[in-house]
Amino acid sequence: MTLIATIAKELIGLFVDDGSLAVAVLAWVGVISALVTLTGLNATLAGGLLFAGLIVVLIENVLRRAQRK
Amino acid sequence: MDWTHAMPAISAAFLASFVEVVEAFTIVLAVGTVRGWRPALLGTGAGLAVLAALVIVLGPLFSLIPLHALQLVVGVLLLLFGMRWLRKAILRSAGIIGLHDEELAFDKEMAQLQSEIAARAAAADWMAMGTAFKAVVLEGVEVVFIVLAVGAGHGLIVAASLGALAACALVLLIGLIVHKPLAQVPENTLKFVVGVMLSAFGTFWVLEGLGRSWPGADLAIIGLAIGFAVAAWAAVRWIKRQKQFAVRAGT
Repeated sequence: MTLIATIAKELIGLFVDDGSLAVAVLAWVGVISALVTLTGLNATLAGGLLFAGLIVVLIENVLRRAQRK
Repeated sequence: MDWTHAMPAISAAFLASFVEVVEAFTIVLAVGTVRGWRPALLGTGAGLAVLAALVIVLGPLFSLIPLHALQLVVGVLLLLFGMRWLRKAILRSAGIIGLHDEELAFDKEMAQLQSEIAARAAAADWMAMGTAFKAVVLEGVEVVFIVLAVGAGHGLIVAASLGALAACALVLLIGLIVHKPLAQVPENTLKFVVGVMLSAFGTFWVLEGLGRSWPGADLAIIGLAIGFAVAAWAAVRWIKRQKQFAVRAGT
C-alpha cells in the first residue's frame, strides 16, 4: 500500500512541483483554447501568443522563486 | 521511418531516459553493494517487467483516443513535465537550489539500507529487492511517460522506445566499466536540454490539438526549442546578476 501511495505521489510529482507554475500553465492553455474556439484565432497568432505566454509564466515563476531565497 | 520526424522524439526520449536511468542505477548499485547482486537484479527485473506491462497496456490505448484530443492532452502533460524540469534546471544553474549529487545519493541510499537491514535482518533480501524494485519503477515511470508522450502524437512510440533503450544500454555499459555512481554525468545540463525539448514538444502539440497547424510544420519544434533555451539562459543570467548585486550591496 505504501508502495502504491509512493508511486501515486511520484506520478503527481511528475507534473506538479511548484503548484503555481502548473496552475499558470493550465490557465494560459485554457485562455488560448478559448480564444481559438470563440474567435477563430489563426495558427500564427495563436501559436505566438501561446509561446509568449508560457515564456512569461516560466520567467515570472523562476524570478519569484529566486527572490524568495 | 522518417528520421527527420523521428529524431527529435528519439533524442528527447534518449536524453530524458539517460538522466532517469542514472538515478535508478545509483540505487541499484547501492543495493548490490550492500546486500549482493541477486536481490538487486531480481528487484530490477521485477521493476522492468512492471514498466514493460505499462507500455504494453497504455500504448495501444493511445490509438483509441481521437488525434486532436490526444495531442492536446499529451501537449498539456508535456508542458507541465517539461517546464517543471526547465524551472528546476534554471534554478540549479543560477545557484538558487543545489545540484543533484549521485555520489551523495549513493552514500545516503547505502546508509539507509544498512540501517534497515540491521533492524530487520530476517527480511534483508526482501528489503533490498524492494528498494531496487521501487527505484526502477519510480524512475522508470518517468521514462515510460516521456516515451509515450513524445511518441504518441506522431505514431513514434517504437522510435522513442528505441531512444530510451539506447540510454539504458549506455548507462549499463558505463556502469559495468566504472562500477561506481555516474557522478560525472552533467545531470543539470541534460535536464536543461530535456526541459527545453519537452516544453517545445508540449507547446507544439497543444496548438495542433486545438486544430491549428504550426507554420513550418515540425520545424516549428526547433524554433520553439531555441526560444525556450534563449529565455531560460537569459533567466539564469538575470538571476546570477541579481545575486551579484545583492552580494555587493551587502558588503
